[in-house]
Amino acid sequence: MKELSNSVAIVGVDESDEIGTLPEVSQLTLHLQAIHNAVADAGLKISDVDGIFTAGQHSPALLGEALGIRPRYVDGTSVGGCSFIIMVGHALLALHHGLCDVAVVSHGESGRSGTGVTRARDTSLSGQFEMPYGFGGAPTYFGMITNRHMHEYGTTLEQWADVAVSTRAWAGLNPKARFRDPITVQDVLDSRPMFYPFNLLNICLVTDAGGAVVLTRADRAKDCAKKPVYVRGAGEGTEHVMVTEMADMPFSHATRISGNKAFEMAGVTHSDFDHIMLYDAFTSGPPLMLEALGFCNPGEGVGFFEDGRSTPGGSLPINTNGGGLSYTHSGMYGIFPIIEAVRQQRGECGERQVPDARLSLVNGMGGMLSAAGTIVLSHET
Amino acid sequence: MTPEAKPYWDGLREGKLMLPKCDDCGKAFFYPRIACPHCHSRAVGWIEASGKGKLYSFQIAHRALNPAFKIEPPYILAMIELEEGPRMMSNLIDIEPDPAVVKCDMAVEVVFEKQTDEVTLPLFRPAG
Repeated sequence: MKELSNSVAIVGVDESDEIGTLPEVSQLTLHLQAIHNAVADAGLKISDVDGIFTAGQHSPALLGEALGIRPRYVDGTSVGGCSFIIMVGHALLALHHGLCDVAVVSHGESGRSGTGVTRARDTSLSGQFEMPYGFGGAPTYFGMITNRHMHEYGTTLEQWADVAVSTRAWAGLNPKARFRDPITVQDVLDSRPMFYPFNLLNICLVTDAGGAVVLTRADRAKDCAKKPVYVRGAGEGTEHVMVTEMADMPFSHATRISGNKAFEMAGVTHSDFDHIMLYDAFTSGPPLMLEALGFCNPGEGVGFFEDGRSTPGGSLPINTNGGGLSYTHSGMYGIFPIIEAVRQQRGECGERQVPDARLSLVNGMGGMLSAAGTIVLSHET
Repeated sequence: MTPEAKPYWDGLREGKLMLPKCDDCGKAFFYPRIACPHCHSRAVGWIEASGKGKLYSFQIAHRALNPAFKIEPPYILAMIELEEGPRMMSNLIDIEPDPAVVKCDMAVEVVFEKQTDEVTLPLFRPAG
């Protein structure tokens, strides 16, 4: 496993031409814009791409056809929003073994406008055992995990609100973020009741957006346009799909498995990180991930968002793009924290740049902490 | 409805909460499937659950995301942990939908609510 560490680098990243509310842009176009932009960012050509990795409605074969290339390696692993983070690990393997030379991980989702989208979900289980009671949509499930955390550890609504406040402070420094005005804990508590324990400001945005990440082997990465950002470690795991099957709720075994593998491959430990990106579909997600990743004991994750620790100028910056809560969240958010971590490692982030960022953690969930993907990124080998 | 869940749905029509249970390791589980998720045996039978359990977690829905769902908000989305071990989703009824009143781990019991000739749902209320 150690031989994989640093063998591959991310050499290109970008979003679609615009992100936000884009009823005039199809989901497929969001993919293609992101891929073209990320490949250009790498200083490569579309014809260089020979590996396609994507999750969601469009298959890697469709993306190959639409781009006008014939990939010799494809992956359509679809375990929720962290699939793109997991695919960085899959691309690492494929590139390392020479099964492809230039891999693109692509996301495009018209999550808000539904343009060019065929809505179809697998409801064979939830249709029988959840939907008859009014379940449907992530906020009606993740709150179960959140409320059990409050019961077991005494976590408060104010502590979850701290996460929203910190993330919004970062969004204020990101020109691409949808909501940039500062908010207070009281603003979160006073926002519209949705699904207790969640008010509106505990729940992510719903936007239209694409994003893509380009990878190649470390030897070739040096010839690309930008400073390579090396994949030092990668991990993945799954535990459940139905939340009732989350054995030790609110503890995420999938996240623990994924993180342990990524840290071991990278040869790093928790205190080595100076920048952290965590999938924030809900304010409670990042603290629970920090607990499952072993940054602290169960129940203590909210402490990372108190006293300004995670905010601009804080000791451990978290979700520096403004997150799914304030920057963008198209549905399967996982590509965007990768893009931000790469930009931080390159030193491209302007006002929100973490000074001298050397080691970034990206961790995401699929479903309701059902699946997890973790990668460790650095501009240093 | 999936074929492997037929005994569950048949039971509800007769006022019984049926659970799959492994003949080898003896553990009950939910949702119904053809092999035990605990020991992976395919020797799976059915038992009638007591209908007693606790409220493992809950949410209070102030709006409905599912247009097919007819109950007016606010209502309680409930995760029930049955006495036999498995957890299932349901609604908690006959209680004020207020987090000051509804508490995790409170004792609950099943009530059967007929929806149609085909479908009866297991709902839960505070155990009396």
